Parts: sequence; structure tokens; C-alpha cells
Amino acid sequence: MRAPLSWKAGGLLLGIVFFAAVLLVKPIGVSTQFVILDGILWDAFDSSIVTESAETKSGYTSSNPYLAKSGGSYAKSVENPLNYSFVFVLALMAGAALSARLRGGVEKAERSMPEVWRVNFGDEPWKRYLATFLAGFIVLYGARLAGGCTSGHMMSGMMQTAVSGFIFAAGVFAAGIPTALILFRKEK
Amino acid sequence: MSSIILAIVIGGAFGFTLDRIGATNPNFIIRMLNLTNLHLMRAILMGIGVAAVLAFGGLLTGLVDPGHLSVKAAYLGVFVGGLLLGLGFAVAGYCPGTGLAAAASGRYDAIVFALGGLLGAFAYMVTYADVEATGLLADIAGGKTTLGTIAGTNYPALFDVSGELVGLVMGLAFIAVAWLLPERILGSKGHEAPAE
Repeated sequence: MRAPLSWKAGGLLLGIVFFAAVLLVKPIGVSTQFVILDGILWDAFDSSIVTESAETKSGYTSSNPYLAKSGGSYAKSVENPLNYSFVFVLALMAGAALSARLRGGVEKAERSMPEVWRVNFGDEPWKRYLATFLAGFIVLYGARLAGGCTSGHMMSGMMQTAVSGFIFAAGVFAAGIPTALILFRKEK
Repeated sequence: MSSIILAIVIGGAFGFTLDRIGATNPNFIIRMLNLTNLHLMRAILMGIGVAAVLAFGGLLTGLVDPGHLSVKAAYLGVFVGGLLLGLGFAVAGYCPGTGLAAAASGRYDAIVFALGGLLGAFAYMVTYADVEATGLLADIAGGKTTLGTIAGTNYPALFDVSGELVGLVMGLAFIAVAWLLPERILGSKGHEAPAE
């Protein structure tokens, strides 16, 4: 198993990207955009979710307390998806798709589940999909509770010497390492 | 408009890099967490270290506008949320950013992960008021605190020292740790880890 780039070259590139984001705009973050997409979908079904407001800093508010917090900044992004942070995440996906295509794509067997899952839990896709759906649920619930994810808290946070970034990383590895040790015992 | 161009360039470079370092491949993430392949751990530490050295070097030389920093608040929910994220991170081998990047790279389980993520984020939106009522979101350690004092910002500091110097030293330390970490901690090449 080899990544296209060594840890040295890859880490250097990663560091330059995180630095460039701070130099030119602001620190990188991803998980908020799950909330924004949820808000867009919710507002499409029920247009009373996000409304204009003269009383908030952003000019928008929401009947949902989470979208309405911080002066309605999330509510504003829901109404105007063509903003920096949302487009950033769309571009992230395009960049990953381009890189994957250039290296010949993901092998067929890997597309439904990684090898490390297959050797430990068998190759029925539904088991893997059920697990990743539930994992996705708790990962994003946890990221929103924490106020950021691996990008926003761990990478962007620690690079700025933010105390919250260290607290977050401690939580992630305190749960992640024992879980992976218990679940994935077989290597091949 | 220029901010949209920056979003496309920086976001695109970030997604491209995530795929190039193997972060879109859950084998690497899971094997980082079960300590049998530290490639990604080293890349992440190197990334944080390089970013910190460049950012704090840039702050010292005036290249970087301190107003571009954005420090998140510390509260108990940061740790609890980290635990939840870590649990799902280990099961799936995806976090929010790498999950989306992996979905775009053609992994179906990552698409399912992202759908679960949308539901999880939605669940947080509708339970936010209850979570807030528990006090989990109340600031600790001064809230938006950094290790040292960073000029041009009003973030409280944990220690009364130059935040820029602390940042440089921390960055170099992260790079050193990346260098010193072994390829793997548990098991050995060519051998199966002990079965249950």
C-alpha cells in the first residue's frame, strides 16, 4: 500500500495549502458546509426556515436556533450558497476527483470498501454501507458539537496554536485509536 | 468574485493534496489509527508543522495579516465532539473533508458516509438548543485561547510569551516528531497481527 506522495512531500504540500488559505483568506474548514447544505435542502422544502431580517448582523435569520446563531451567518450562507466556504468544499471535491482520475481511479474492489474492512468483516457491501452511514452520522454530529472537524480544528487549529485544536485532537485520538485497535485486528 | 476564484484554487489544491497523500483512502486512515501504518500521521504532523512555521514566520515578517487568523473557542463539547468524531473516523476511515474527497474520487462507501453526515449535521441543528442547555458549549480555558500572545489579535494566551515564537517552535517540533515516528508501531512487515 503506497500513497502517490511520500509523507514528506505530501506533508509539505499540505502545509503549504493550509498556509496559503490563512495568507490569502482564512483558515480551512469543511464540516460547517454539511450544515449549509442541510439548510439549503430544508429551506427548499419549507421556505420559512431562513428569512431576511433587519435585526441581525448578516441580514438573515432562521426559525432554527443553530442557523440563526452568530448573527445569522449560517442563515445567510444558506440563502447565498455561492460564498467562499461552500464553493471551497465543491472545489475540494473537484480537486480530489481530478487527482484520482490522473492516477487511474480507485480499483473496482476498493470502491465499495477498503481492503482493511474486507479482511476483518467480509465483503458484503451492505454491512460496510450501514457502518459508514452510522459513522458519518456520529462524525458530523461530533464535528458540529466540537465546532469543527479534522480540517478546521485539528489542522487549522493546531497550526494557529489554538488550545481548542489540541483539546479536539486529544478527543479524536482517545476514541479513534482504541476503536481501530479493537475493530481492525487482522491485517491480511 | 475574487473570493470565489480563491475558493476554487485553494479548495481544489486541498482536495488534490488530500488524494495525493492517501487521505481519501480509508486503509491509510484506519491503519494510522490501529498503529500499523503511520504514513498519514507523519504527513499530517508535517503539514501542521510546515503550516505553523510559514504562518508564524509570516506574522513576524508582516507578510500575514493577523486578522486572517481565526481561533475557535475551547469548551467541553470540543472534547466530547472529538470523541464522537474519533469513533466514527475509526469505523469508516473518513472524516468530513476526506469523506467528501473520497466520494468524489469514486468510493461508494464514502458517498454513504456523506449522506450519514448530512443526517448527523441535521440532527445537531435540531438538537442544538438542548445541547446548549447542558452547558457543554460554555467556554473553558478562556475560550478562543492560543498558547502564546499573538500580536495584532486579542485572543487570550495560555502562557505569557510571544505567540509567534511559540508557534515557530511548535511547528518545528511537529516536523521533528513526523521525522522521528516509525513506519509502524504495532506488528511487523510481512507478519499478521495476532488474531483474536
